[in-house]
Amino acid sequence: MSVRITDQPFDPGLLSNAFLAGDNGAGAAVTFTGIVRSTPERPITALILECYPELAENEIAAIVERAKSRFALTAASVLHRHGRLLPGEPIMQVMTLAPHRQAAFEGAQYLMDYLKTDAPFWKQEETPAGRQWVEAKAADDAARDRWLSAR
Amino acid sequence: MKILYFAWLRERLNRSEEEVTLPPEVQTAGDLLAWLATRDEALALALEKPAQFKVSRDARIIGPEASILGANTVAILPPMTGG
Repeated sequence: MSVRITDQPFDPGLLSNAFLAGDNGAGAAVTFTGIVRSTPERPITALILECYPELAENEIAAIVERAKSRFALTAASVLHRHGRLLPGEPIMQVMTLAPHRQAAFEGAQYLMDYLKTDAPFWKQEETPAGRQWVEAKAADDAARDRWLSAR
Repeated sequence: MKILYFAWLRERLNRSEEEVTLPPEVQTAGDLLAWLATRDEALALALEKPAQFKVSRDARIIGPEASILGANTVAILPPMTGG
């Protein structure tokens, strides 16, 4: 299964090991795990992720297919959580397998860059002062758009 | 046709969905955003920068020029912040 949207916690290591098992043709695997962050300068008590699950599955599946064909990945997988998450909990994981490392790294970055801007999730930070929606960043659009001119 | 609203748009409108009957001149995703903004003050205020929203038709993203005729569900999507 290459795309999973869930409101349940996951174990990044188990997920990665399951992904790695059973493909002997790939020489490189990249795993990226996004984690809920809280810092002393910007403390949060939780991150609440809203999602449109049906659309997320369709859009992420399309992004995964494009990444597989563009970077000749032998496999690619995305898991993304929604609901209320605590600091330190994994939010999402992207995994790629390819014959060599460059394709595995680039494929994972491509997936992340498109997920940030094109997958229907919305983050809300819960802080001691109340809740507030996270604003979309122009830098995320720029990170995605570099793939339009590359190659 | 069912319209879905998400995230801060849902909060500002105080509803996550509504059923609408479109007038015949509303044919595209862009037309829909413009028409919704004429329906009440909350919608007008929330949709005042229409270019920032993506629109999906039956759980597929479509462009502003794409038709929404015959759609069951259309969603209005604020800028996404996942990942």
